[in-house]
This record gives sequence, C-alpha cells and structure tokens, in this order.
Amino acid sequence: MVTLTRTTVAGRERVRGRRRRGEDLTKILFVLPAAVAMLALFGYPVVKNLLMSLQDYTLRTFFTGEAPWIGLQNYSAVVKDQLFSDAMVNTALFTIGSIAFQFAIGLALALFFRQRFPLGGLLRSLLLLPWLLPLIVSSATWRSILEQDSGILNRSLLGLHVINDPVPWLNSPSVALIAVIGVNIWIGIPFNVTLLYSGLAEIPDELYEAGQLDGATGWRAFRYITWPNLRSVASVVLMLGVVYTIKVLDIILGLTGGGPANATQTLATQSYEKSFVDFKFGQGAALSNILIAISFVFAVFYLRSTRRAVDE
Amino acid sequence: MISKRIAAALAGATTVSLLLAACGDNGGGSQSSSSSGDSVKSLTILDYYNNEPDKTLVQKGLDSCASTLGITIKRETVPGETLIQKVLQQASSKTLPDVLMLDNPDVQQIAATGALAPLNDLGLSGDGVIQGMVDATSYQGKLYGLAPVTNTIALFYNKDMLTEAGVQPPKTWDELKAAAKKLTKPGRYGMAFNANATYEGSWQFLPAMWTNGGDETDLNTPQVTEALQLWTDLVQSGSASKSVINWTQGDVNDQFIAGKAAMMVNGPWQIPALNKNPKIKWDVVTFPLNKPDQKPVAPLGGEAWTVPLNKDQAKEQKAADFVKCLNSDENELAWAKARYTIPTKTALLDEYVKEVPSMKAFTEQVKTARSRTGKLGDKWPAAAKVIYQAIQLALTGKASVQDAFKQASGG
Repeated sequence: MVTLTRTTVAGRERVRGRRRRGEDLTKILFVLPAAVAMLALFGYPVVKNLLMSLQDYTLRTFFTGEAPWIGLQNYSAVVKDQLFSDAMVNTALFTIGSIAFQFAIGLALALFFRQRFPLGGLLRSLLLLPWLLPLIVSSATWRSILEQDSGILNRSLLGLHVINDPVPWLNSPSVALIAVIGVNIWIGIPFNVTLLYSGLAEIPDELYEAGQLDGATGWRAFRYITWPNLRSVASVVLMLGVVYTIKVLDIILGLTGGGPANATQTLATQSYEKSFVDFKFGQGAALSNILIAISFVFAVFYLRSTRRAVDE
Repeated sequence: MISKRIAAALAGATTVSLLLAACGDNGGGSQSSSSSGDSVKSLTILDYYNNEPDKTLVQKGLDSCASTLGITIKRETVPGETLIQKVLQQASSKTLPDVLMLDNPDVQQIAATGALAPLNDLGLSGDGVIQGMVDATSYQGKLYGLAPVTNTIALFYNKDMLTEAGVQPPKTWDELKAAAKKLTKPGRYGMAFNANATYEGSWQFLPAMWTNGGDETDLNTPQVTEALQLWTDLVQSGSASKSVINWTQGDVNDQFIAGKAAMMVNGPWQIPALNKNPKIKWDVVTFPLNKPDQKPVAPLGGEAWTVPLNKDQAKEQKAADFVKCLNSDENELAWAKARYTIPTKTALLDEYVKEVPSMKAFTEQVKTARSRTGKLGDKWPAAAKVIYQAIQLALTGKASVQDAFKQASGG
C-alpha cells in the first residue's frame, strides 16, 4: 500500500514536473534573444575591457594578437600619471558644475512653461534644439563663438562695454574649464526641461487649489506642493545626468581637445588619449574601467530610487 | 552544357585580360620584369585623400599605374584622422589592403608591428630619394614604403601688407619678431602659426627647433629652449594671437586669407585655397634663422605607399610593382605639379622648380629637410607629445620657458 501510494504520487509529481519543465523552457526561450543580445552587445565589451586593462595591449597586438598579462600595472601606471589627479578634479568639477546649473535652469524653465501663455508650446519645442544638434556641430559652433579675438561673444561684450579686454574663453587654462562647462550646460538644459516639465504636468491641479485655500501660494506652493511631488522625477533626472555627464568626450574634444595645457582633461578625454593617440589600449581600458566604476555607483543609486518609486 | 559555356567564357576573359596585360607591359615599359605577378588581376588600396581636389588627382595617378600594370584597382578613402584606426581594425580581422598609404611618420610604427613587407626583397630601393624620406620610411635598415612626393612648411607672407608697412621678408628671428610687431595693428596680427596640443603643433615647431640646432633626442637643451622662447615672444608681445594654442593649420590659413595675419607658417597644400582668393598676393620664404651661419631645417611631410604582408606572394609582388610605378619619375613630377607637392627624387628638383617657380622656397627647404622619425623611430610620438605639451605650458604661462620641457616630460 505504502509503496503503491508513493509511486503514484511520484508518478503524478513527475507528470507535473514535466509540464512545469516545459513551461520553464518556454519562459527561457522568451528570455533567450534578449539575453543573447545583452551578452553580445553589453557583456562582451565590458568583459573584454576588463581583460584588456590587465594586458599589455598595444598597436602590435592588432597585428600579432599577442597581449601579455601584466596584472594591475596599467592601473598603477594611469593612477601615477601626473595628469590623473588633475583629470579627477576636472571630472568632478565638470560633472557637478554641469549638473547643478542644468538642473537649476531646467527646473526654472520647466516651472516657467507650466504657466500657459501664447506660443508657450512653440517656445518649449524650440528649447529642444540644442539636444537635436549633433555634438560635433555644437562644439564647432561654440568654438567660433568663444574665439578670443573675433568670436561673437567677446565682440558683443566689448561692444556693450561689459568687459574692457577680450576674455580668453578657450585660451586660458583658468577659464577654459568654465567655458566648457558652460557649453555642456547649454546642451543639457533641454533634457532637464523635458523630464521636469512632464514631472510637473503629473502634479494634479487640485493640490494647488487646495493649497491656495490654506494660503500656500508662490514660494510656499513650490516648497510644500511642487517639490515633494517632483522629488522622484528629480532624482532620476539627476542620476541620469551624472551618468551621462561624467563620460562626456566629444564636446571637450571639439572645444579644446583637453587643452590648453591640459586644463580641460577629464577621465574620459584621458582614456581616449591613452587609447587612440598613445595607442596604449591597456591603460585606456584601465581608465575607462575606473570611469565605469564611478558611473556604476550612481547607477546603483538610480536603480534603488526607481525601485522605490515603483514600490510606492 | 552550361558549365562548359562558363568555362569558355572564363577562358575568353582570361585571354583578354592577359592580352591587355601584355599591351600594358609594352606601353608602360617601366614595369619590373617580375613574372610571378601575372595572375593578379586586381589590387585593393587604402588611403586618406578623401577631399577634393586631392581625391581625384590621386585617383588619376593610381589609374595610370593600374593600366600600366594591366590590373584593376579597388580604392577606399577614409578621413585622415581615422586611417590608423581603420588599419588596426583591418589588421585584427586580417583584411588589410594590398597597397596601403601611410603618413610618413607612421610608417616605422606600423613596420615595427611586423605588418608590412620589406620592399628591398621585392625589387624596390630608395636610391636617389631624399635621405630624410628614406629615413622616415625605413625601419631597422629595411625599406617599408616609398613616397612619390613630399611637402614641408615655410613662411608665407602677404606681399601687399609687407610693402605697405615697409618690411622685407624676414631672414632672421630678430627680423621676424620686428616684422611681426610692425605688421600688427588692430584687427590684424603680424604672425600666425599652429601651437595646438596635437602632433600638428609639434610639427609646426620643428623648423624653429631644428634650424637652431635643437634635437628631439634631448629636449632639455638651450637650442630647444631658444626656439620655444621665439614662439613665446611672438605671442606675449601680441604679434601673434593667443588663440594659436587652439588653431589647426587650416585655421591658420583661414586667418591669413581673411587678412587677419600678415605672415604664417604653413605648407604648400594650402596653395589651392590661397589661389581661390586672387586678392591676396602672397609669397613664400624659407623659415628664418636664429644665427646667420645656420641652415634652415624643416620637417618632411607627405605620405608613403606601403605593401602589407600578404600570404599571396604574387599579389604582394604586384602590389610592390604598383608602388614602384607610383614612384616613377613621370608620376612623381605629375603628382608634384598637380598637387603643389615636391618630388622626392633629388634629381627631379631643379627641373621641377623651373616648371613651378612658386614652389621654389619649399623645394629649397626640402633639400635640407629631416624626417620626424629619422632619429627616434617609433619613439617619435612620445617626444612629439612632450614638445606640444611644453609649447602649451609656455604659451599659457603655466610654466616658464626654461621649465616647460622639464615639466612636460614629467620631471
């Protein structure tokens, strides 16, 4: 009896198990294409980059395929490089400066466009233009605008008697980083305005109406109604902004090429230079891994904040 | 049936092309007598002449050699700054072209990787070619490339502006500084050059550095410092724009054409652009000397044609024959005349200047010119980097002229 029951139960389990295994297989088959794409397009480059950073990967490697393992030598070489600390500081200044102003200006503009007025929609879409231009075009244009002698910015400021001597926007090591950050702010504003504006649009008007009855208008309305409701969107905007900004390369290359006298070198430009100017691909990979690690910290914050938003 | 017909067609095609090849041989006459390459019908070519008019002019030269050798060519052109990346891609996927053009300072670096075929073994030699160019295209005693034409840089000046200011084209650095100062007025600088943080910035510095006896094997010498002092003096006195640290050679030329610079350091490849603006009367002199007993020494520019190693021996030989044809006397002269460049064979120089007098100063400059990789070989890029970094440090005032090279080399 006992044995019989056991076998039938086992048999039933087996059938059920088989069916479940079939379902599992279907699930796996659905996930498989995405997983393969992720592995090929995302996993492989990351792993390859990690391996490369541990190898003596040079011009020669492309022809002979030889890349001897050298452990952490690439990392110690890039960290000891005299430009590394400058590049770290510049990366931090560039990222913090860009994000702070992009966000503040973006939020101000988003609030402004919240008021309905004629041509508001048109103006708001025009605001997207910097985002639509190829970065190479933007940086070339800004380079001529910021030219010291004949650039339109200095010409205008001189004509308006705001300054007495032309400002060496891209020619002075002490000003160039500010100019580059300024251009990056200009490029980043549309992104901030768009996301923050849609965040604002989500806030129900009733809240403001109710707040008005309690005397919450103007600044108080922003402080107690707008900001708390916008916080989750704002944190996403900020995190994405950091991850995008920290790796900016083309704008800096187009404007200053990391100069003058390395005043605008960041981790990203250094990584590019190590790989594609010096052909020390191992060191370039090491630098970009450091960059990825920093971005990853922010990405984790971002993922946690979005998960919380979903949970709520 | 069908297969027989195809076979017949193939046989016919082969005969025709063999006949053509034979005709080509008779017509050209300059082809080497190697018989192994006769089965080769076509060659692939990679170069970076992707802008007009160079693209078409180079195509003409390539086509004429293709018909001489009785082959067809498949040419690909990429933008200059992406050529090395393209070559690396092709190297790792084993799809390098049969004939590869390289900028002359890159030849040794690529040859050092073992990717190129030594041309001596394929019946080519650098006999009669300017020593500087042979130095650039040789690695460890073997020849890896041949450049039909070369170029260099010298001092362009605006004739009207100099006459108006009563200034003679400068022959010494003191004269250069004085002239630049005198030619400077609101909205116009006396002098323009490129001192940006790229290899181009180093290249523009070499006439001053080399003419003064400076040497890339030791950058901490008074001769090199004096040259840097010249660049710094020109900028700090206001005779040259502070923007030189961001200008490319193209920007420098634009300033000259716009009348915003009275003199400039530049190369003959700018002449077509200058000639499009007939209002600008210009001439060229060799780069001024620091002391009267010096000789002007400028860097050699120009691209060499190389043959990547090929498993197919016949193809490799054909590619070498093709490079040989590109470097024939007729082709050198034709290319030099059409593209404002200078033949690399010493024997052709006098004839060339007679036919193209506007190239006199450049041709003069080429006779004594040196190649960038002649002394340091594949270590040149590292030295070039120190040079442009030092220039940037000195011109921005981040380091004194005396300390700039020490600081740039990490000392």
